[in-house]
Amino acid sequence: MNPFRQSGLWPSFLLVFLGGLVVLVLRQDTMRETAFTVLMFIGLASSLNIIMGYTGYVNFGHIVFFGMGGYFGFYLLSEFGWPLYLAALAGGVMAMAIAFIIGAAVLRLRGAYFALATIGVNQAAGAFVSNFGPFGGSIGLSVNFSAYERYGGAGQALWLTFILLWLVTLAVVVVSYLVRRSRFGLGLIAIREDEDTAMVMGVKAPRDKTKAFLISAFFPGLIGTLYFFKNGNVQPDDAFNFQMSLEVLVMVMLGGNGTLLGPVLGAFCYEKLRDYLLTSVFFKDLQLATTGMILLLIVLFVPGGGVGWLRKRFPGLRKWLE
Amino acid sequence: MILQVQEISKRFGGLQALLDVTFDLTEGQILGLIGPNGAGKTTLFNVINGVHQPNSGQVIFRGEKISGLPSYEVARRGLARAHQVVRPLNELTVLENVMVGACFGRERHSLGRAAAIAEQALAQVGLTELAKRLAGGLNVAQKKRLELARALAARPYLLLLDEVLAGLNPSEIAHMMETIREIRHQGYSILMIEHVMQAIMSISDQIIVLDYGQLIAKGSPQEVASNPQVIEAYLGDPEMTARLLAE
Repeated sequence: MNPFRQSGLWPSFLLVFLGGLVVLVLRQDTMRETAFTVLMFIGLASSLNIIMGYTGYVNFGHIVFFGMGGYFGFYLLSEFGWPLYLAALAGGVMAMAIAFIIGAAVLRLRGAYFALATIGVNQAAGAFVSNFGPFGGSIGLSVNFSAYERYGGAGQALWLTFILLWLVTLAVVVVSYLVRRSRFGLGLIAIREDEDTAMVMGVKAPRDKTKAFLISAFFPGLIGTLYFFKNGNVQPDDAFNFQMSLEVLVMVMLGGNGTLLGPVLGAFCYEKLRDYLLTSVFFKDLQLATTGMILLLIVLFVPGGGVGWLRKRFPGLRKWLE
Repeated sequence: MILQVQEISKRFGGLQALLDVTFDLTEGQILGLIGPNGAGKTTLFNVINGVHQPNSGQVIFRGEKISGLPSYEVARRGLARAHQVVRPLNELTVLENVMVGACFGRERHSLGRAAAIAEQALAQVGLTELAKRLAGGLNVAQKKRLELARALAARPYLLLLDEVLAGLNPSEIAHMMETIREIRHQGYSILMIEHVMQAIMSISDQIIVLDYGQLIAKGSPQEVASNPQVIEAYLGDPEMTARLLAE
């Protein structure tokens, strides 16, 4: 069975691929900025989906990997002059290392207890970095403007960062698909449905869920480094923003938890919705309340999210709507 | 001996669930495990396949000590189980459920091979037509068959069947009994818990009886049914025993 022959990958892949391509062809700075945010959230939501959607572990601390990985990558880049590619990779690896340590402690917990513990992890990571000297404490770090010179000036550097983010997001989608279509992924879904039964059937749950957690942590670390490089600075409040963790979670739920296309569509729609809410006169102060409302409505009425609902409603579309 | 259970004891807080349970299972045989509700039968299964660790004693499977191993390691050594309370993976199709057994059981197949084995297992229990359905949508009898298919797809050396007949109507029971006989003829060893007396008496080679966590009798179905201790502790009704013996 060649997984690339099946059709489920292509809607998600093409959406991200063509979206990024359009931006590259038109080369408008404002469009790039908007697209950067959307791609970033697609990457974050799709990677969260691996642990939350496939494995069933609701992680409120996904942004920790974004923050920690991003901080580490940015640190190497600004303090030691590492090239962006290597720094981003190091950020991803660092996020995995942190996931390994956190996972050893919290992956033993299940259900609500796991979710609660991840909220704690989120707060702890922010507090730690705010007091960690090498990372600049509560002030954070910023990159010397000359760092952009090696990429042909700030303008070029921003485009390069965008292209890298685009590739990373495509990679997240492909990896997410391969996980879903693999024996490993079948084991993860068995864990999600009933962990004890899965173990009785031979699924090595402690190892497999740790692996899923590490994969899910790697990409936010990469994305974080790219994002902070683009911004030129990093501060604890930007890196460990609990609201962002929540929003990524809502994106996954909105699009369809446990599906490949769901986080892609969810991130896109949520971003559009947020733009509207933030600029509308009536909603501009109610943006978070609206987010909470959306989550509540999804959980109550469409637990499968948009894609889950479509799959149920139109079984004929299932092979496309992975 | 494919399975040797040696002086197993298990306590939950103040409750002595199992006390010095010792028995053997000969390869290729069906060993029936009976006993009143709360006697510790399912706990014994949980200890054998690593869901619970015993407080003392050991379980030897094909010459290797398996007590102390986590349940997934026990599964990989060739011991599969069908649960009393059916536990399908609801959001997966029937076929995918059975594939989990084939992928992670004793032979640990790739997805492609697992699909083929899963189809065989489904055919064996008569669920082929439902392969593409979501497991959550099956009725109880179908879920019981699914449990059995999942266990079979692991290609185990030993099957633990926990009340696979419970909740079935008489014709479904007859059908399931037929399936179990076929499985046995293929050379599987089976340890089964059952409350449907007529069924377990007719299908088992040997029977062991558990009462308040202790083994109170073992022997052929005839011997067990006429054992006065069993009659008193378990059946409690001499007339019913007479009826069982007559069957």
